[in-house]
Amino acid sequence: MPFWINLIGGYTALGSRIVVMALAAMSLNFLLGYTGVLSFGHAAYFGLGAYGVGMTIKYLAPSTPLGILIGITVGTVAAAVIGALIVRLRGVYFAMATIAFGQVFYFIAFRWNSVTGGDDGLSGWRRVPIDLGFHTLNIGGSETTFYYFVLACFAVAVAIMAALLRSPFGRTLLAIRENERRARFLGVPIEFHIWLSFVISCLFVSVAGTLYALLNNFADPHGLHWSQSGDFVIMAVLGGMRSFWGPLIGAAIFVFVQDFISSRTDNWMSFIGLFFILIVLFFPRGVLGMIRRKANS
Amino acid sequence: MTQLILFNLFNGVIIGAFYALMALGLSLILNLSGVINFAHGGFLAVGAYLAYTMMPYTGFWLALVIAPLLTAVLGLAVERVLIRPLYGRDPLYSLLLTFGLAFMLQDGTRYIWGPQTLPFQVPSALTTPLSDTFFFLTGYRVLMMVLAVAAVAGLFLILNRTRLGMRIRAGTADLDTVSVLGVNVRILRNLNFGLGIYLAGLAGILAAGQLGLEPTIGDSLIMPSFVAIIVGGLGSLPGTLLGGILIGVASSLTSVFFPSATEAVMYVMMALVLLIRPRGLLGEEGRVQ
Repeated sequence: MPFWINLIGGYTALGSRIVVMALAAMSLNFLLGYTGVLSFGHAAYFGLGAYGVGMTIKYLAPSTPLGILIGITVGTVAAAVIGALIVRLRGVYFAMATIAFGQVFYFIAFRWNSVTGGDDGLSGWRRVPIDLGFHTLNIGGSETTFYYFVLACFAVAVAIMAALLRSPFGRTLLAIRENERRARFLGVPIEFHIWLSFVISCLFVSVAGTLYALLNNFADPHGLHWSQSGDFVIMAVLGGMRSFWGPLIGAAIFVFVQDFISSRTDNWMSFIGLFFILIVLFFPRGVLGMIRRKANS
Repeated sequence: MTQLILFNLFNGVIIGAFYALMALGLSLILNLSGVINFAHGGFLAVGAYLAYTMMPYTGFWLALVIAPLLTAVLGLAVERVLIRPLYGRDPLYSLLLTFGLAFMLQDGTRYIWGPQTLPFQVPSALTTPLSDTFFFLTGYRVLMMVLAVAAVAGLFLILNRTRLGMRIRAGTADLDTVSVLGVNVRILRNLNFGLGIYLAGLAGILAAGQLGLEPTIGDSLIMPSFVAIIVGGLGSLPGTLLGGILIGVASSLTSVFFPSATEAVMYVMMALVLLIRPRGLLGEEGRVQ
C-alpha cells in the first residue's frame, strides 16, 4: 500500500483513483489553464477510453496494453473530429458545444444495450496481467501493483505534457491564452493550435479513462455524462488552473471530500453543490494560487 | 403510417416548443450576462413543485400564474447574491457556480418533496382527446402549445415594445455602451435573469403535467435547450425558437424510424449546422469569434 494514503486514512484503490483523476484534471488543464479554452465535455473522451479498454478485453483480446492503446486511439480520433467542428467557437459557446457533443457518446453508451451494457455499464471483464517478456506485471491480482502501474503511466503522461508546454508549441498556446488577437497578428494559425491543444488534452484524458476502467474493472455510462466533465473542471479550478500541479492537488481534495461525504450522508449532492459554490466565490485562484499569492506578498 | 408520422410531427412541434421555451430563458441570460445557467433545469423543477404544492389550495389555473412568478423571485435572489459577484470574471466561474447550484436545487427538491414520481393533476377537461383519427391531441397538449407560443410572443413583445426590452437588446449588443448611457446595468441584469427563470418555471409546470413530477425533471430538457441555442444561432432569440422546434420535430420523427437514435439525432443536426454555418442558422456574424 502506498504510504501516504494510510496517513490520511484512505485505502489503496482510493489512492489509485486520486492519481487517475489527477491525470484527467491535468489533461483538462492543458487546454483550460494553458490555452485558455474551456471544454466542458472531457468526460466523453474519458469515457471513450474506458469503454475502449473494456470492450477490447471483453470482446477482442484479453490484453491490457492493447486495450489501453485502442481506448486512447478511439478517444483521440473522436476528439480530432469534434475539435475540427467546434474550433471556431469561443468562450461559453465552445463550452456549450463540447458538452452537447459529449452527450452523443453518453447516449450511445446508454442506449446501445447489447454492446455497452446500457445503464448497467460494461461489466464481465477484468484487467489482465501484463507480460513484459522478462517479467509478468501482475496488475490483476494486487491493488498495490496496479497503483504503481497507474503511477508510472501518470508520470510518463505528465512528463510529456510538461515537455510540450516548455516547447515553442506550448509558448504559442500561452500567447493565444493571453491575447488571441495579437497572436493572430503575429501570424499564429490560432484555429490549428487550439485544435491541436484540444486533441492532445483529450488524448491524455482518454489515458486517464482507460486507467479508470481498469481500476474498477468496469465502464460506466455516467463516466461519460456532463456532470463528470464538471467534476474535472472543478478539480482544475480548485487546485489552481494557472499552475501545472494545481489540478493534482484539486483532484486529491475533490476525490477525498467526495468519498468522505458520500459515505456519510444521502444528501451528498447538496454538499458537493455547496462545495462548488464556495470554491467559485471564495477560492477562484485555487489552492496553489492562494499559497503562491501569500508567499509573494 | 401516415397517422404515425402525423402524430409524431405534432408531438415534435409540441416538444420543440417546449425546448424553445426553456432555451429562450437560457438564451436571454447567456446573451446579456454571459452566464450559461446550468441550474435552469433545477429552477424548472422548483417551479413545477411549487405549483404542485399550491394546487390543492389554488387550483391548476391560479398555480399556473403564481408558481412561475415565485420561481422568478427565487431567480432574482440567486442572481443578486450568487451571480452578481462573478460578472467581469472568466465566464468559467459563473458556469461552475450554476453547476453547483443545479446540484443543490435537485437535491433540495428531493429532500423536500421526496425522490418518487408525483402525479401532477391537470383539470380533467384538458385530458380528453380532441381527435384520435389522424392525431392524438388532448386539450392539455393544445394548452401547452398555446402557452409556449404565448410566452414566446409575450417575450418578443417585451423585448421589442418596452423600454426594458429595448435595454436588454441593446445590452446584448454592447453592454458597456448601455452602461455609459446611464442605464443601471445591475438592475437590468437582475430583471433579465428573473425573466429567464420565469420562463423556466412556466416550462416546468407544463412539463410536469405531461411527464409527471420528479426531482430530475429538468435534466433531460437542458441539453436539448443547449442544442437549440447552438443550432438556431448564438445571440438570436428567433433562432433559438426555430432551433427548438427543428430539433423537437427531428427527434420525434426519428423515433418512428429508428427509436434508439431519438436523442442522438439532434446532436447530428448540430454537427451539420456547425459544419456548414458555425454561427448557427439565424446567428449574427461576429458572435462566434
